Amino acid sequence: MVAVALAALLVVSITLAIAVGPTSITPVDVWGSVLHHLGFGASPLPELRDGIVWQLRLPRVLTAAAVGAGLAVSGAVMQAVTRNPLADPYLLGLSSGASLGAVAVLLLGAAILLPLAAFVGAMLALGLTLLLANSLGRITPSRTVLAGIAVSALASAVTSLVIFWTVTGDSYREILNWLLGSLAGARWPEVAIAFAAILIAGVPILLSGRILDAFAFGDVSAASLGIDVQRSRWLLLGVTALLTGAMVSVSGSIGFVGLILPHAVRLMVGPRHRALLPLSALVGGIFLVWADTLARTVFDPRELPVGIVTALIGAPVFALLLARRRESA
Amino acid sequence: MSAARRPGRGTGGEMRTDDGSGDGLDVSRVDIRRDGTLIIDDVDCSVERGTFSALLGPNGAGKSTLLAALAGVERAQSGSIQFGGVELHGMPRRQRARTVSFVEQEASTELALTVRQVVELGRTPYQTLWGDESADDAAIVASALESTGLTSFAARTFVSLSGGERQRVLLAKALAQEPRLLLLDEPTNHLDVSAQLSTLSLVRSLTAREAGDGTGVTVLAALHDLNLAAAYCDHVIVLRRGRVFAAGPTETVLTPELIRDVYGVRADVLRNPTTGRPVIAFSPPD
Repeated sequence: MVAVALAALLVVSITLAIAVGPTSITPVDVWGSVLHHLGFGASPLPELRDGIVWQLRLPRVLTAAAVGAGLAVSGAVMQAVTRNPLADPYLLGLSSGASLGAVAVLLLGAAILLPLAAFVGAMLALGLTLLLANSLGRITPSRTVLAGIAVSALASAVTSLVIFWTVTGDSYREILNWLLGSLAGARWPEVAIAFAAILIAGVPILLSGRILDAFAFGDVSAASLGIDVQRSRWLLLGVTALLTGAMVSVSGSIGFVGLILPHAVRLMVGPRHRALLPLSALVGGIFLVWADTLARTVFDPRELPVGIVTALIGAPVFALLLARRRESA
Repeated sequence: MSAARRPGRGTGGEMRTDDGSGDGLDVSRVDIRRDGTLIIDDVDCSVERGTFSALLGPNGAGKSTLLAALAGVERAQSGSIQFGGVELHGMPRRQRARTVSFVEQEASTELALTVRQVVELGRTPYQTLWGDESADDAAIVASALESTGLTSFAARTFVSLSGGERQRVLLAKALAQEPRLLLLDEPTNHLDVSAQLSTLSLVRSLTAREAGDGTGVTVLAALHDLNLAAAYCDHVIVLRRGRVFAAGPTETVLTPELIRDVYGVRADVLRNPTTGRPVIAFSPPD
C-alpha cells in the first residue's frame, strides 16, 4: 500500500534524477544503460553519455537515496529512545563528531579508515552530548539540543583548526564542500559504504519497532513492559552512530533530514515504529535524491552543497516544530 | 486472612508472620540505596491475594521507590520480593511483565497514539519482535478497553483526553498485560473528585475479591489521600522514612495517633454516614 507506492516513487525519482542534468538523457535510455551494465543487451547511449550515467549520476543518486534513508531512520530511532522530538544526528552533534573523525584521518592520509573514524567521532560526540545534557540536570529535549549545539560547535571548531593548519590551496574548497554536506564526490565505493551500512544497521533497527514503541511512555513504562531499557537504548544509539558515521563519511554532514522526515511520516501513518521506520527510509531516500538534484541543477553549471538545500528546507520546518511544541506545553 | 493476624502497629522487622508467604505479595527485608542513601530500609510487608491495599506515608517516605522495586524497574540491594511464592527479581523480564504491571505517576507521551494503540502496548511482553498482533491480543485489548469503559474512546488520541480519562487508559494498558499484581503510583494525583472516585472504584472492581471468580488481580496503590484509602482499601501499609511504620486492616491502622505520629497533624477518625467506612477529619494546628 503506502510502502509499495513509496518504493515505486523512489525508483521513479532515482530514474528521473539520473536523467536530469546538463547532458539530458531520457529515462528509457537511463534504464537501457543500467541494464547494459548489469549484462542485459547493448547500451542505447554513446560511450561518453553511457559513462555519465554509469560512472557519475547513478552512483551519486544511489548514494543520495541511501544517505537520505540512513539519516531519516537514524533520526526516527534517536527521537524514540531519547523521547525527544527534536533529536537528529545533526542537532545532537553526531554529524559534527563524525566530520571531525573523518577529517582527522583524511589529513593523516588514512582514507581507508574513514568510515571507522567517522563512527568513532559520532559515538564520542553523542556520548559527550548526553553527558553534558545530564550534567545540566534531568535530561530534557531542549537541554539535549543545547548540549548537542555546544558539542557540535566544539567539534566544528576543532575540525576548522585542523584544516587551518594542514590544508592548502585547492583542497580548501573540497573540504568545505564536504563539511557543508555534498554528494558531488559520490562514486561506486561510496555506494558500497552507504549500502553496507544500511544492511548492517538496518536489520537490527527494523527489528526493534516494538521496542521503540514501548519507549512511548518513558523508561519506567518500557521497563515494566519487559524491555531491557539501558541495553536497548545504548545498542540502538550505537547502531545509529554507526549508520550516521558511515553516511557522513560518504557525504559530509547533511542536516535536517533525520529531524523533519520522521515527523512528516508520522503525520502520514502515525507514530508506530514498525511502519514508521521502513517508510522513513523510503521518504528519506526520495527527499535526498530530489534535494541533491536541485543542488546540482538550480545554479548550473555551479553546484550547491546539498546540505545547504536541506538546511533551507529543514530550518523553517524545525522552527514550526518548535512553535507546535510551545502550544502543546 | 494472613494480614488480619498481624498486629496493627509496629516497626518493619516485627511485621512479618512466618506463615504469610505463598499466595500474595511478600516483601522481606528489602533495602534500596540510591546514591549512597538508604531510601528503603529493611522493609517487610505483604499484600493478601485479591485485595486492594494502599501504600501510605508522607512525601519522601519511599512509596514510589518501593513500588518501582516491586515492579522490578528499580533494583533492591538486598531482600526478597515474592509474588505467589515466586521471586520477582529472579524472573526473566518478559515473564515478570506478564505477572506484574505498574502504572507510574502521570505517565505521558508526546506521540499521537490512539487509545487502542496505547492499550496494545500492554501486549508487548507477549509478542515477538516481528510478528503481528494475534487474535488473542485483539480480544484481550478489547476486553481491557471494555472493563475500563473506554470502548467508545478507542480511536481518540491519548493526548486529547482529560486527566481522568488518561488514567483509565493507562489502567487499561496495565490490564492488557494480564497481570496478577497491579501496582499503581498515585493514580488519583491531579484528578478532580469525581475522576478520583471513578478511578478507584474501577480499580476496586478489578480485584479478585470483587470479581469473585479468581480472575481478578491483587492491587497495591500508593495514595496521598488518606480518605480515599479509608474508603476503598482493605489493608494499608504505612511507610515513614523508608521503614514500615504500621500495616494491617485499614480500620485498625488508621487511628488519630498514627496520623499524628506519621504525618504530624491532628485528626479525628469519624464514620461516613452513607458507607459506614472511616472518614478522617483533619484539624488545623493550634
